[in-house]
Amino acid sequence: MSRSLRPLVATAVIFAIAYALAVFQFPNMFSTRVLGNFLTDNAFLGITAVGMTFVILSGGIDLSVGAVIGFTGVLIAVLISLAGWHPLAAFALALVIAAAFGAIMGLAIHYLQVPAFIVTLAGMFLARGGASVITRDSIPVNHDFYSWISELTIRLPGGGRLSFIGLLMVAIFIIGALVAHRTKFGSYVYALGGNETSASLMGVPVARTTVGVYMLSSVLAALAGIVFSLYTSAGYPLAAVGVELDAISAVVIGGTLLTGGYGFVLGTFIGVMLLGLVQTYIIFDGTLSSWWTKIVIGGLLFLFIVLQRLIFAASTPGDKSS
Amino acid sequence: MGEQSYALEARGIVKVFGNHVALDNVNFGLLPGEVHALLGENGAGKSTLIKILTGAYQPTGGQVLADGVAVTLDNPQHAQKYGIGTVYQEVNLLPNRSVAENLFLGHQPTRFGFVDRRKMERDSREVLRRYGLDLDPASELGAHSVAVQQIVAIARAVELSGKVLILDEPTASLDRNEVERLFEIIRDLKARGLAVVFITHFLDQVFAIADRVTILRNGKLIETRTLDGTTRTDVVRLMLGKDVAFSGATGVEDARPLGEVLLDFKNYGKKRSVHPFNLTIHKGEVVGVAGLLGSGRTEMARIMFGADSADEGTVTVSGKPANISRPTDAIAKGFGFLPEDRKVEGIFGDLSVRENIVIALQGKLGWFSALSRDEQLEIAGRFGESMDIRAASLDMPIKLLSGGNQQRQSCRAGSRPIRHS
Repeated sequence: MSRSLRPLVATAVIFAIAYALAVFQFPNMFSTRVLGNFLTDNAFLGITAVGMTFVILSGGIDLSVGAVIGFTGVLIAVLISLAGWHPLAAFALALVIAAAFGAIMGLAIHYLQVPAFIVTLAGMFLARGGASVITRDSIPVNHDFYSWISELTIRLPGGGRLSFIGLLMVAIFIIGALVAHRTKFGSYVYALGGNETSASLMGVPVARTTVGVYMLSSVLAALAGIVFSLYTSAGYPLAAVGVELDAISAVVIGGTLLTGGYGFVLGTFIGVMLLGLVQTYIIFDGTLSSWWTKIVIGGLLFLFIVLQRLIFAASTPGDKSS
Repeated sequence: MGEQSYALEARGIVKVFGNHVALDNVNFGLLPGEVHALLGENGAGKSTLIKILTGAYQPTGGQVLADGVAVTLDNPQHAQKYGIGTVYQEVNLLPNRSVAENLFLGHQPTRFGFVDRRKMERDSREVLRRYGLDLDPASELGAHSVAVQQIVAIARAVELSGKVLILDEPTASLDRNEVERLFEIIRDLKARGLAVVFITHFLDQVFAIADRVTILRNGKLIETRTLDGTTRTDVVRLMLGKDVAFSGATGVEDARPLGEVLLDFKNYGKKRSVHPFNLTIHKGEVVGVAGLLGSGRTEMARIMFGADSADEGTVTVSGKPANISRPTDAIAKGFGFLPEDRKVEGIFGDLSVRENIVIALQGKLGWFSALSRDEQLEIAGRFGESMDIRAASLDMPIKLLSGGNQQRQSCRAGSRPIRHS
């Protein structure tokens, strides 16, 4: 089995075991209703995490995504509720702004040679600050289009339902996987994460790929903001604080190497589901503090970082252990 | 020979860094179907010339001509369009991706906008077979030996470029069989009419494979000549610019008395790294450690310096038992270390030449007795001069220096413990 596949398999196995244990304790957790809610509740996180997967595969990081979700939510809430725009027009504007925002971050990272951590940290403050300047309050969205979307569900046998936003997340994962593993752009992203000098000498358009990666991440974060707005029917400037860290956790737990170059989009999906499972378990239990979620995520992250370290250290070519 | 038929030509190339002239009016012509060796001491300007021919640098003056037409090469990708491919000393490929992707990255066959992996792997298998490699194109490149990776790099350069192949010290990390295999490939490419530039430090290899040789010294063209009727002594004389008395390869003075024992390693080793070895080093003695890549040379050097700690055996320094488990221990005992990979382990690229020279000395002094700027300048100036480091200014970032000059400074910083009381 190739090295990059091993963390993915480990994640899948851990998810299967954890889910089996949870079902053993709460048989109700094995139902289409829970599965449907899994997708719906984690839709915005999942969509964000797809973008984050690309960023991390390329050897970068994007700390601005949570703030972009917050900004997008506020922007579209104001445009729809106060300015009277049609939601679709507001969505389009939000996506365009995010694309420009991501492009500027990508350009700064590439041409100014500033670490992505710093650039996207600045981006995070800008987006969060921008959201708070637009409004300090939570703005509700009451629009027929929102009600129509929330009615748009597929009923599953057993009482579960697949929501539009849950399906949207699944679609984004499928498209993301195709782009990462089956297009030239995807191969450039892996190349950048593997070794930027080599990539450049091999003719990879480094500037275009870097800008593309951060645009993709910001656009997907804005899409996550739209999904979050549909999910909560409101826009609040302090929404989704810290989601960037959840997304990074999901990507790493999903088997992507934090230093870039190795990983799978599908792994991130399992990572998101594993985080969702922990949350659902705590809700089912009812007595545990929801902060246990954080502790479990911390533990899992640590486990996976150690695991990757072992896998990659054990099979580094040129190792003279034999 | 008709000089109009050059596949690649450099005319009157000048390259200036700061106020250091790296190349001064250099001409270089490359014929199709020849292997042309480029020789010179460290810092002679070989790498600079190569970087101009591959588009990595832009010349300050002069022209590059491909097939007799003046061209401006913006970057290595652009040079590929004129048929110029390069293989570097360190394999510049992607160890994290498949062999097939390394061959075709940027030029992958596509179907409906998606990469056609099956076709890519089929084509790769065919290409690899032409280079005598029978391996799974879907396997990770990093899983293969450096020699195989080097051949994959050559295959990529030739398949994508196809007219001129520049080999920048491709044999540096290969053993003899691997070099021979590489030479077979080069001869084959030559027969196909490719023009090959070959850079190496091994004169034997030059005489084994090259047809003509161009010699640079201090950024100036000394001579281009055919190797027929040229002796090794001629080449060395041209490289150094002075007559060299060859003492005859076997005239080693075996009887020279050795000094007192300085270092004595007994059954020194580390599990999973180096088998226990015994090594005695005398005062005034230079001990060479020979072995192939992967035989444990590097690991041996690392545990001797404490960069990795030994888990068995003992060492005595000047007769006294010592414990060297960290580099600080070794430095305290007056050891110096020049690591294998200079760029990663030997220098701080963004710091100046002066800071790099001083930093190892400061390490010995500890946190609280800083060297004043005047002291730093004095030390750096003295060592820079004694080691013949050619830098426009000691305050220039060290990464802008040529490889040879970097090595010298790292030698300086590593090997000379100062007694600062």
